[in-house]
Amino acid sequence: MLAKRIIPCLDVRDGRVVKGVNFSTLKDVSDPVALAKYYNDSGADELVFYDITATYDGRKLFTDVLQRVASEIFIPLTVGGGINTVDDFDRVLKCGADKVSVNSGAIKDPSLIGAAAKKYGDQCVVLSMDVKRTARGFSVFARGGRDDTGIDAVQWARRGEAEGAGEIVLNSIDTDGVKRGFDIEMLQAVSDSVSIPVIASGGAGCAEDFLRLFKQVPRVDAGLAASVFHFGEIKIPELKKMLRDGGINVRI
Amino acid sequence: MIAVIDYGVGNLFSLRASLRHIGAESTVTADPDEIRSADRIILPGVGAFGDSYCKLEKTGLVQVIKEEASRGKPMLGICLGMQLLFSESLEYGVHKGLGLIDGRVVPMADELPGGLKVPHMGWNNLKILKKSGIFKYISDGDSVYYVHSFYAKCDPKYISAVSEYGIDITGAVERENIFGTQFHPEKSGETGLDILRAFSEI
Repeated sequence: MLAKRIIPCLDVRDGRVVKGVNFSTLKDVSDPVALAKYYNDSGADELVFYDITATYDGRKLFTDVLQRVASEIFIPLTVGGGINTVDDFDRVLKCGADKVSVNSGAIKDPSLIGAAAKKYGDQCVVLSMDVKRTARGFSVFARGGRDDTGIDAVQWARRGEAEGAGEIVLNSIDTDGVKRGFDIEMLQAVSDSVSIPVIASGGAGCAEDFLRLFKQVPRVDAGLAASVFHFGEIKIPELKKMLRDGGINVRI
Repeated sequence: MIAVIDYGVGNLFSLRASLRHIGAESTVTADPDEIRSADRIILPGVGAFGDSYCKLEKTGLVQVIKEEASRGKPMLGICLGMQLLFSESLEYGVHKGLGLIDGRVVPMADELPGGLKVPHMGWNNLKILKKSGIFKYISDGDSVYYVHSFYAKCDPKYISAVSEYGIDITGAVERENIFGTQFHPEKSGETGLDILRAFSEI
């Protein structure tokens, strides 16, 4: 039986993991390789690396980091941040990424999804969406949640699937950082409208939030979070045990 | 020395890194002589069956692979590389495969119960049917990572493991020296490394 996936997300700037981390077992908590190993050993099913660097030199550091992680960690790696062209896909895939997530780049040019899917396969292209409630309903935001595109989230998810995306990350701007649970209502609305795997993001504050997510939105395939894992507020082995006890199939 | 066949498809970074990690020497090559002199062959692959078989034909390696297989050299097909071992595939038309194992590759969408997503993507546990040589270090129930939309149907005697996804999906196959995994051992954590390690010792 296919397992529900638990995915930590790591923000990387100039080759270092950004968010403060608090692990007694790790000496250098901003070393992406050490942190990736830590998560791998604790049972993460996949890792997402998000490049928040804006400079060329920073990008180079990021691909170096990626190569080092991919040489030592043998679980799927998704990479996002600054992906605007097929060449950007090429750059990170060559360094060991398995999947590449596009967000604003696909909003600017939706044909990027299809072009990349054709070249690297659907399984490689992840459409990442930042979604927020507006007067019109669930709307897609661009540029890290700053710009309202006016695009309806359900329509955009369907378009992404039709263009060839193999997976969708649904991040709720409304619940992100609030730590009071995933955005069940939005996740239900969007995940019911597509037939590709959906990763829920934004709002996890405790282990029970993941249980509620998988119980209430069975079409969601994975839960993604950053700070609750980085600050050790949720430990993956305990989370997975709790999910299994709650009747959710996870990889242990 | 393991020859990883390079016919221009897929991303070989993780496969090479995982072989390096277990201490197995490998070379990524399309050179017939290098393939003939290797102890083992891995046929990787991601993408469409028809295109990939064409590329394999263009590199002139179909004959080399068949010869080495019949000489008894251990061979491992991964994901699409496993599908290519079969006689034919129904992915976008009917395409001929290497024919090293009798069987055909069919779309999963036609056979799965309603509501299950295609591709079959993520971690699924293996039900080991035959204690194949590549499974000597792993246990029944261990999880491996899959990403695929088509699956192989063949005589059950060739199927060494399945994973349940509404139906039993062919997870691994074996015929004498020919092995195949539908999942990606190079992305399946310790379990996957153990499978590659076992293959490197066959």
